[in-house]
Amino acid sequence: MTTRYFGKPIRRNEDPRLLTGQALFTDDVELPGMLHAAFVRSDYAHAWLRGIDTSLARDLPGVVAIYTAADLGDYWQPGPLLVNPPPIKDLVFNTATQVPLARDKVRHAGEPIAIVVAESRYIAEDAVDLIFVDYDPLPAIVHLADALKPDASIIHDDLGTNLNAHVIQEKGNYAAAAAQADLVIKRHFDYDRGTAAAMENRGIVATWDAKSEQLTMWDTTQAPISIRNGLAGMLGLSERQVRVIAPFIGGGFGPKIMMFYPEEVLLSWITMRLNRPVKWIEDRRENFFATTQERGQVHEAEIALTRDGKVLGVKDVFLHDAGAYAPYGLTVPINSQCTLLGQYDVANYYTEFTSVFTNKPIVTPYRGAGRQHGVFVMERLLDFAARELGIDRAEIRRRNFIPPDAFPYSNDIIFQDFAPLVYDSGNYEPALDRVLEMIDYKHFIEVEQPRLRAEGKHVGLGLVTYVEGTGIGPYEGAKVTVEASGRVSVATGIGTQGQGHFTSFAQVVAEQLGVPVENIRLVTGDTSEFYWGAGTFASRGAVVAGNAIHAAAVAVRRKILDKASEELEVDPEDLELVDGVVQVKGVPASAIPLGELARRANPMRGAVKPGSEPGLEATDYFGPERGATASGVHAMIVEVDPETMMVQIKRHVVVHDCGTVINPMILEGQIQGGVAQGLGNAFYEQLHWDDNGQLLNASFMDFLLPTADTVPHVEMDHVVTPSPLNPLGIKGAGEAGAIPVAPLFAQAVEDALIDFDVELNEIPLSPNRLFELVAEARGLHGSES
Amino acid sequence: MKPAPFQYHAPHSLADALSLLAEHGYDAKPLAGGQSLVPTMNFRLAQPGILVDLNHIPGLAYIRLGSDGDLHIGAMTRHSTVEQDLLVAQHAPLLHETMPHIAHRQIRNRGTIGGSLAHADPSAELPSVAVALHARFRLQSQTGERWVAAADFYQGLFTTDLTPEELLVEIVIPPLPARSGYAFDEVARRPGDYAMVGVAAIVILDAAGRCEEARLVYLSVGEGPVSATQAAAALKGRQPSPDLLAQVAEIAATDDIDPVADIHASAAYRRQLARVLAQRTLARAFERAAGQ
Repeated sequence: MTTRYFGKPIRRNEDPRLLTGQALFTDDVELPGMLHAAFVRSDYAHAWLRGIDTSLARDLPGVVAIYTAADLGDYWQPGPLLVNPPPIKDLVFNTATQVPLARDKVRHAGEPIAIVVAESRYIAEDAVDLIFVDYDPLPAIVHLADALKPDASIIHDDLGTNLNAHVIQEKGNYAAAAAQADLVIKRHFDYDRGTAAAMENRGIVATWDAKSEQLTMWDTTQAPISIRNGLAGMLGLSERQVRVIAPFIGGGFGPKIMMFYPEEVLLSWITMRLNRPVKWIEDRRENFFATTQERGQVHEAEIALTRDGKVLGVKDVFLHDAGAYAPYGLTVPINSQCTLLGQYDVANYYTEFTSVFTNKPIVTPYRGAGRQHGVFVMERLLDFAARELGIDRAEIRRRNFIPPDAFPYSNDIIFQDFAPLVYDSGNYEPALDRVLEMIDYKHFIEVEQPRLRAEGKHVGLGLVTYVEGTGIGPYEGAKVTVEASGRVSVATGIGTQGQGHFTSFAQVVAEQLGVPVENIRLVTGDTSEFYWGAGTFASRGAVVAGNAIHAAAVAVRRKILDKASEELEVDPEDLELVDGVVQVKGVPASAIPLGELARRANPMRGAVKPGSEPGLEATDYFGPERGATASGVHAMIVEVDPETMMVQIKRHVVVHDCGTVINPMILEGQIQGGVAQGLGNAFYEQLHWDDNGQLLNASFMDFLLPTADTVPHVEMDHVVTPSPLNPLGIKGAGEAGAIPVAPLFAQAVEDALIDFDVELNEIPLSPNRLFELVAEARGLHGSES
Repeated sequence: MKPAPFQYHAPHSLADALSLLAEHGYDAKPLAGGQSLVPTMNFRLAQPGILVDLNHIPGLAYIRLGSDGDLHIGAMTRHSTVEQDLLVAQHAPLLHETMPHIAHRQIRNRGTIGGSLAHADPSAELPSVAVALHARFRLQSQTGERWVAAADFYQGLFTTDLTPEELLVEIVIPPLPARSGYAFDEVARRPGDYAMVGVAAIVILDAAGRCEEARLVYLSVGEGPVSATQAAAALKGRQPSPDLLAQVAEIAATDDIDPVADIHASAAYRRQLARVLAQRTLARAFERAAGQ
């Protein structure tokens, strides 16, 4: 089939609405009689709650209600454990999940203690200032290494330990491999915590209509269907009585799929009690405490190699920061384990992690979701190995690639979807070769870099590879309908947070039905439009929902051909769908517009034949057997001012393989955005906690995000190795840009600072930190130069 | 992030504004561009009972050249106006060079020169530049006006010589003599961020090309503008050379400043930046002075 829509860089259907301010975001929802909520949040990271005095606040005019944990009665319940621990032998797992309002104890700064509902947000915040909480402070666990010390203050008293989990996974026999090795390199790696900082903070509007007994909630969630199901259960309602709408959302990145946030649990309950709509919009300061975070890990890793650079084995033992509660189970550290080996054929792997509770905000997956750490460790180990062995860094990677004929390739250990980690497909050398060509690797290393160094410039290059497990199950579904107007409507359950679904999914349908993309209207994230689904996460939208939409579109195509073949009295084989009509191939005079055909399929008189359905509509589902493994290679050139340690990124090249591409323009946007976030993670962003667990930089003045003028334009190309696991051959791309930027940046900066003999084994790397590391390296080497 | 309750006044004359300040004293806060005050109020770090909005008062925004060559700038002149003004470029080129470093364009469109100078943020560029330029400030109250030299105006962290009844209404910048050069530079994490360290440099040469006078005023290394007086003294009477600049930068970074650490920069890193910036700005200032 020649493609007319699929694979084309078609401009986005949703942009006119977004760019002219006509798209509905949660904060745009205004309802008559709407109230506004604000929270009393803990001043302490760890403390007993001795009392809450709300009396002054209750007297403030405009305050309608104030609730604490005590007011919730039986409705007060810890949240569900969203992901059980995977079936791994000898796994230890202690669960503790978040609560709607802190009851006896607070476990991180900013944990909600009381909610105020008032006639305006201003009044609600004034009332918050009038509520007095009596705390009995406890020592805070801030540093990972302190969590399991014998005298450590215990965060979850019922557990009696700060241990969240301990997991060992093995492939082959690392110890035996290391004994055979010519070289073993051991290093310590630190990867600090950050926050996703979506452009739109979270927000909720909940409204209960007592007469129709319907609860409607607009929610900035990535998983509206799961929220509906959960809320219905908690509130004692039928799922049909609850409608959750995830409208346009300004960025998800994972933290918007935590379930259930206290605000979701509380606002739905409060609107039913007060019988008035209630709005809560998270402000930026709250977002630094109230929305989940990720990334804190400390690794002790080693790699064993032959003298010609073949990796015999890797051992990695790490600590993982679970934060104050761990509703997501072990998803993040399991991803770290399962992404570390990357594109490399490594026969022996020992990986062990200990996850600990800390008095910091809750940790759930954030774009990359633990993959960053694994890639950082492996790529840095390969860099050091290459240097020790005198092997070019591209070459050492190439020598260890899984060969293209080895797929499906099993890494044996268990992945986040509970299945053994199997890469479905891959072809790594062409991407490496293309990156080397685009960055002009040989010329840079042999000519350009020596020339610039001779001029006194400190320029360096980075080159890293990675894989991204994407598109995991369980399933998604979609309904495709040809309307009497000839327009096509598509409904799917996943939410959308800026990924371009309104266009890429329309392209999937257009390809089957021959209808222009702009005539296809997509609805996502409204539970009244589509009942079943899981959500937008883990780079699965295009893979899972995309293939479900494809399946439904194929079914509608079949209905169109059957109906038209009846109407035109020709064989379906002889028909074609072009530009909104169905016609006998090459005979425009025979054309029936699809709208007309839809009307005939839904007649006012006569009968719809037994065994057939009215209309031109189909619903279908897709559930992949397991995740599809995307891959890629990044290269970067930087220049460092050795006097100030300020870093300039001169070039950033990405060659990416996410299988079949639906819309290359949208894909490039995903990767460019991911790179920006990765760069933020590597160079700009850091959450600074003091020893009491207080966040010192809860604003964009001091938490530095990469800005338009600091992110390089990413030069991109694609290699296409279709996934055999789904009909469209798609692999996910949502996290690809972000995953490998930290080791890339570290390698490039280290290369630029080659004179200083410094190793960069931590993230983030601010200029200040680079200055300190260089000073330390000088001290160690006893040189004053 | 909503401010605590406050009363809002928008007087249409300077007299009315000064009368409100006189009446309410410490409880009142003048609102100029609002680029620092409003966020601080939204964080509820500042909770003034009364806000006196200066934006509706005519005659407080102007740039003109006095007959004596002094440049007069009205306190309510927006940063972006100063940035683009030809008189400023010609008669106060150090100020002109500094302006693009102040925050982001959107902030410069709204923020005012008087607001920034009176706010006395130790990380702000303008106080150090005003001190380096030997600027004078006209302070007005209901009972009259007085003049204060920029160097005397700054008294500590967010603290100035202004009384609660007074408004800073005008900034006067005297011209630099012949054979003078200037430079401003700073190191910030991203364009528009508060600088980790910044410095304004002015040098004046004698007829023989020796340094007759040097001024080196830092920002973000202390509680306000910090003049590197020992470094300046070490330049006096000397022929500029790379070695001399390296020595002087070392004095500035080691003896003249006593920076503190924050989450973005350690004290040692700030000293390093102070050293580098002294060398770079002095070199450029001497080059410009020699080229005159």
